[in-house]
Amino acid sequence: MQAEPLVRAQGLVKAYSGDPVVKGIDFEVRRGECLGFLGPNGAGKTTTINMICCFVEVGGGSLEVFGEPVDGNARAIKRRLGVVSQDNNLDPDLTVLNNLLVYGRYFGLPRERRLRRAEELLEFVQLEEKRDAHIRTLSGGMRRRLTLARALISSPELLILDEPSTGLDPQARHVVWQKLRALNRAGVTMLLTTHYMEEAAQLCDRVLIMDEGRIIARGTPRGLIEEHIGAEVIELYADDPSHGDAVGVLERAADHVERAGDEVFGFFRQGDRARALLPALAEHHIVHRRATLEDVFLRLTGRELRE
Amino acid sequence: MTGALERVAGAFRVWLRNYESWKDFAIASLVGTVAEPLLFFAAMGFGLGRFVDDIQGQPYVAFLGPGLVAATAMNAAAFETTFGSFTRMTEQRTYEAIVMTPISVAEVVAGDILWAASKSLLGGAVILAIMAPLGLLQSPLALGILPLAFGVGIMFGALGMAYTAIAPSYAFFNYFFTLVIGVMFLFSGVFFPLEGLPAWVGWAAWLLPLTHAVILMRALATGALDASLLPHAAWLVVFTLAAFWLSVRLIRRRLIR
Repeated sequence: MQAEPLVRAQGLVKAYSGDPVVKGIDFEVRRGECLGFLGPNGAGKTTTINMICCFVEVGGGSLEVFGEPVDGNARAIKRRLGVVSQDNNLDPDLTVLNNLLVYGRYFGLPRERRLRRAEELLEFVQLEEKRDAHIRTLSGGMRRRLTLARALISSPELLILDEPSTGLDPQARHVVWQKLRALNRAGVTMLLTTHYMEEAAQLCDRVLIMDEGRIIARGTPRGLIEEHIGAEVIELYADDPSHGDAVGVLERAADHVERAGDEVFGFFRQGDRARALLPALAEHHIVHRRATLEDVFLRLTGRELRE
Repeated sequence: MTGALERVAGAFRVWLRNYESWKDFAIASLVGTVAEPLLFFAAMGFGLGRFVDDIQGQPYVAFLGPGLVAATAMNAAAFETTFGSFTRMTEQRTYEAIVMTPISVAEVVAGDILWAASKSLLGGAVILAIMAPLGLLQSPLALGILPLAFGVGIMFGALGMAYTAIAPSYAFFNYFFTLVIGVMFLFSGVFFPLEGLPAWVGWAAWLLPLTHAVILMRALATGALDASLLPHAAWLVVFTLAAFWLSVRLIRRRLIR
């Protein structure tokens, strides 16, 4: 028997002063999973998770969190949620430790428990030495880790993360990913938004791809890649007229071809067919790689800029 | 009932957050809250006061003191819920972070207003502590000035908060402090009695919340309480409730989309 989902949205809608941003979406967050919302800027990801956090009012349709409609149950729902928002909103007037203690008090946790939990979390996010530091002295990566620790102070059943690694350098990003994987293994259900495909592939059991307020695809990262792209990709940089014949070779062999600027992408459902083509293209500027979630994303949402 | 208790607890947790961020910088903050009104009291009361006849049967400094407590309570609270709350709401995004926890918007607003009123209480208490040993308080009822200062702080804290909710930037507070707070500071009977001025001045002053606070403060300082004060008290209560209701509504509209 399937356990009751932690979040269930049906026909969920939101408009800001008449301008629709979420246009009727259905989804569930299942206990124990890590679900990712992928989408370009303006797809409606943040609005959707803000409705779950009771920070944006539901515009229409139904949204249940922990089995209760969000309207009228905000306090009970928020008690069981941990939120890592996109922008830094740590309390700059407080030290690192006090950020955790004061936040824990908002949940009504007794001081003993807050203190014990704060010490554990500072160790978990590797900020023990920064215990008494002020927020402005922390690097971006440290702030994000502290924001994560803060969201965990109340031992939430569902952790919501809005672009958890945006703006971090690669080292800091990988540390954040390690922490999130460890949490998910420990049984914390996670819902995250991202536009880093690698992040979704690394962390998520399932992903929903959103575009212009709708969910346009859903599945496991692997399943989506196989369904929409195939196995392998050859990218050809046609920056030189002598590449003309190579483009032809790629176009005839690939299952699907896309052009973007001076790049030609050949997509292959069977990897051996891509590899068989490599000798013929050896003289050319190519990249041969496995298909990724990014290929799915670009196929489904298009290549034009979103601003 | 548990609902009401939870709300009070929520507001108190926001108050505690402000207290904890304040205590590290308490000295700097006290200069604004306490030193400024004391300077006013010294300069006007003892300096200017030497050239002024008794007013309503008391020396000028005794006349000025209770009014200055009301004005100090107003300034301290209005400053806190404008510049202070605006910073927490916009730049620091502290409000946003708090309402992601079980705390509601109304509790954030109430916590900030109660914090502002606490500063009013502190400022008022210091002036009172100077007046008492100088024999400027004529009745033990003057102790009632303390809770009244807190109440005046809630009123102006709520008014400032409502203004903060609609302010697009810090520059916007110039209007508020010059045209609202500044006018009240000068024309609510703090520095001179309104009696004997043309009638329209009295009516205009009746519209200003600080006028009623000053009248009550003076009555407490002299111990001359009677039923004629009830309309003033009622005026303050009604205005405070309206300002609080409005501030919660406007902040929620700005914060929750």
